Amino acid sequence: MDKTQNNKAWFLVLPVLALVAFSAVIPLMTVVNYSLQDTFGNNEFFWAGLEWFEDVLDSDRIKDALGRQILFTGIILAIEVPLGIFVALNMPKKGFWASFCLVLMALPLLIPFNVVGTIWQIFGRVDIGLLGHTLAAMGVDYNYTNDVFDAWATVIIMDVWHWTSLVALLSYAGLQSIPEAYYQAAKIDQAGRLAVFRYIELPKMQGVLLIAILLRFMDSFMIYTEPFVVTGGGPGNATTFLSIDLVKQAIGQFDLGPAAAFSLIYFLVILLISWVFYTVMTNLDKRDGV
Amino acid sequence: MRIKGSAIVMGLYLLFLLVPIYWLVNMSLKTNTEITSTFSLFPNDLTFANYVTILTDPSWYNGYINSMIYVSMNVVISLTVALPAAYAFSRYRFMGDKHLFFWLLTNRMAPPAVFALPFFQLYSSVGLFDTHIAVALAHCLFNVPLAVWILEGFMRGVPKEIDETAYIDGYSFPRFFVKIFLPLIASGVGVAAFFCFMFSWVELLLSRTLTATHAKPIAATMTRTVSASGMDWGVLAAAGVLTIVPGALVIYFVRNYIAKGFALGRV
Repeated sequence: MDKTQNNKAWFLVLPVLALVAFSAVIPLMTVVNYSLQDTFGNNEFFWAGLEWFEDVLDSDRIKDALGRQILFTGIILAIEVPLGIFVALNMPKKGFWASFCLVLMALPLLIPFNVVGTIWQIFGRVDIGLLGHTLAAMGVDYNYTNDVFDAWATVIIMDVWHWTSLVALLSYAGLQSIPEAYYQAAKIDQAGRLAVFRYIELPKMQGVLLIAILLRFMDSFMIYTEPFVVTGGGPGNATTFLSIDLVKQAIGQFDLGPAAAFSLIYFLVILLISWVFYTVMTNLDKRDGV
Repeated sequence: MRIKGSAIVMGLYLLFLLVPIYWLVNMSLKTNTEITSTFSLFPNDLTFANYVTILTDPSWYNGYINSMIYVSMNVVISLTVALPAAYAFSRYRFMGDKHLFFWLLTNRMAPPAVFALPFFQLYSSVGLFDTHIAVALAHCLFNVPLAVWILEGFMRGVPKEIDETAYIDGYSFPRFFVKIFLPLIASGVGVAAFFCFMFSWVELLLSRTLTATHAKPIAATMTRTVSASGMDWGVLAAAGVLTIVPGALVIYFVRNYIAKGFALGRV
């Protein structure tokens, strides 16, 4: 749509600016402030320059957490995106069963994060959980509090359980927008199932899939509550992702300087990757002439 | 043949989604002794005592009331500020609009863990610590950008000619916006409200950091059972089930818009 040039539109944006300035800019400046100073308590601060940033960039602890974070995000994206598309392709197109599936699928999305953690914490326990108990009965040595692999598996399955529906619902919305005529044309051309998917369904889902990947990337990169409730970051540090590590440092140990420097680097990493996604997305929008 | 295959896939997927939830419901209907001593797929000794505990104890049910209050406040605030902004983004080009839009989105990308401590200090210093409005404002951090994004998508779908005709007919901007424009994007507003509700309802890190007693959310109250003498599994499970109920109700009401909503109006 061609938009009119009008700088008075700024007035319409002012309320948002005021609110976000209060709830984002001021706190962010506090973080920047801490990241450049050191303190011995008593609210006496002195200039530390870029020392904290150098420390953080050198520290193995944060590199390890970042590595685990990237691995986690990579794995859940690799599972959730194809699985979500697959589920969307199999969903009923309309009628009672479509609504039925939609409502049940959206259910995990609306459960508070720590309840999601609690559900899986209970579900995986060997003594009282269905999953843990069944696995133990089958002779599998499963214990997510002691075994690194089991802890990872539990956290990943939990995330797949929690968020695959988001990808599926988005893909479903994309599929719904394909006119019936496209499928008829494909039939006349005797296109196979794979060809229909590759040349009709996938291009139509492209836009929504990018949104899905962007949202899943951002949210999994800041995941905190769910793994924290289930494993507490353990065993050892095996499931300590970036946010968990950050909270440990900032609130647990009150190392404000390093925590603040860490926060800023963390935020910048997310921003950078999201910016790439966003640019690709807006360019796609333009190409389709929306 | 294909219909049958897809029914099996959907059946398995829904089973995967529902079994953990079923297990929680199952546990909430058992007594603690039954939970720890026997292992059964159905409650042998059906009891509603866990629910009674929660619904009669103020320290429990106040958690629900607190959560409800700040979530509703957040939805109202987010929509009020997001509506005019989304209109501006969807209709006008102005200095720095693209940068501003991306900057707004960056707030959706900010990890709550980064903001927890500064928020605590900010809200303590202005005397808002442990109030509902503090949590509602803090959640605006990620809900306002999202609401603007969703609403902008829906508003783009309304042809500009409608605005122009209304102005020619002598409508002032506020009157046009409320009388003509809002009804046209009603479903978009509903979807935005749904998402604000959802993300505010499920968030715990910020709402726990910013509250102590008066505005403590239910999700934070739940952690109490974990540390209390022994584990009160039954009550924990019942509290969990009750946090799922409001979400389930909301989903039921918006079921026909869910799919389009999740695509943020961009299909």
